[in-house]
Amino acid sequence: MFYYVDVSGADLKPDSFEELAMPLFDQLFNFARWMTQNREEAEDLVQETYTKALKGFSSFQLGTNFRAWMYRILRNTFLTSRTGLKVTMTVPLDTEEGGPEFAIESDTPETLMFERSNRELLQGAMDELPINFREILLLCEVEEMSYQEIAETLSVPIGTVMSRLSRARRALRDRLRAPLQKSGTAGIAKGTVTKGTNHGL
Amino acid sequence: MVCEGWKEKLDTYLDGEVPEREMRSFDAHVRNCPSCAADALGRVQMKRAIQVAGKRFTPSAEFRQQMQQRMATKPKRSLSFGWMLAAAAAVILAAAVLTTSYMGVRSDRGLAANQESANRDHVLSEIADLHVETLASSSPVDVVSTDRHTVKPWFQGKIPFAFNLPELQNSGFTLLGGRMTYLDQAPGAHLIYDVRKHHISVFVFQERAFSSKLKLSDEAGSLNKLPFNTETWSQNGLRYFVIGDASAADIDGLAKLFKASS
Repeated sequence: MFYYVDVSGADLKPDSFEELAMPLFDQLFNFARWMTQNREEAEDLVQETYTKALKGFSSFQLGTNFRAWMYRILRNTFLTSRTGLKVTMTVPLDTEEGGPEFAIESDTPETLMFERSNRELLQGAMDELPINFREILLLCEVEEMSYQEIAETLSVPIGTVMSRLSRARRALRDRLRAPLQKSGTAGIAKGTVTKGTNHGL
Repeated sequence: MVCEGWKEKLDTYLDGEVPEREMRSFDAHVRNCPSCAADALGRVQMKRAIQVAGKRFTPSAEFRQQMQQRMATKPKRSLSFGWMLAAAAAVILAAAVLTTSYMGVRSDRGLAANQESANRDHVLSEIADLHVETLASSSPVDVVSTDRHTVKPWFQGKIPFAFNLPELQNSGFTLLGGRMTYLDQAPGAHLIYDVRKHHISVFVFQERAFSSKLKLSDEAGSLNKLPFNTETWSQNGLRYFVIGDASAADIDGLAKLFKASS
């Protein structure tokens, strides 16, 4: 879903801010909670985001993406917070040498995940991802943002979005593979997951 | 590997981000290639799993209600002490803006001058908010050091510009530390100094980071109705703000040290 504001400058009143911003409340909180990994900090972050956004609403550029603008404020606010600065200290650098990902000729994390429906395991793996991988996965998969929207939100070129997303997915798969294979040995041994399974196709 | 080219772009394809013409070729290939079809299925399942797992947190009813009330009664916020200070500063500044604007009209100043004054007050009100917010915080600085050779390198890689910090020996000023900040969505450096138990904030931003409507002229401490003295100037492409409840002479003294070091 996109939130492009096509109102004229004269219509940019606080009331329209509330109308635009409050529908994003739940998803912004979810994103903030994933970023901070703490409920109270997430509430503070969302509160500060809305305050800043309301203050800056008059400078919001028409024709740009309101949702991306709100996420950008939230993200910038988080990155300048104590927690944000701490987590960004350990963020791996982006490189454009992602390299292609090929089909894995064994049980993949996806098939194991599908069979086991282990949501908690996936959430745990997402929690452990470096912050820049976690945020881009959330924006792409949960918020279903386009690459363009993600680029606007993160203030990076689309090429960086693509390479970072690829690296984030690979990192998640790597994190899932070990515990899944360890804990799922029994199920695999029974042949519940087969190579190149195409159930449902 | 035969499908190397396809698999390289499989995620982009599943994200719906390949061009339409290429998308049709992809559709045809995936229908006819069991390996790519299986890989695509796995990745789609993973996408769906992340989507479900990612919608993990919901705000509490209390927090939702609190935010709704705040949005409904924006001018009458019930906030923490720090926010109250910030709000108080904003109110005082808003009064100053109105007064300045009114007096500007009365004295037949041109519209351009009024606009410039309003812009200046708008920016300074944001700066005052940042200053008050930071001082009200339990952790006002993220790099805690009195050594400029520790504080300056801390900003390396965090902000897209470099700046100099002045030598403070025998000046009466003490550097307390620094933190990153944002103004008008532009990243900048926020430094905090102490002089005779007064805290002074120095903000440094790129001049070009400001939108045209936030262009400022250089001036010092003219906001007499405010609890703060301020000074702002542009030097070597950077915009500096010095603000605090210290005396105008102290604000000017610190500004001069910065000007001399830049």
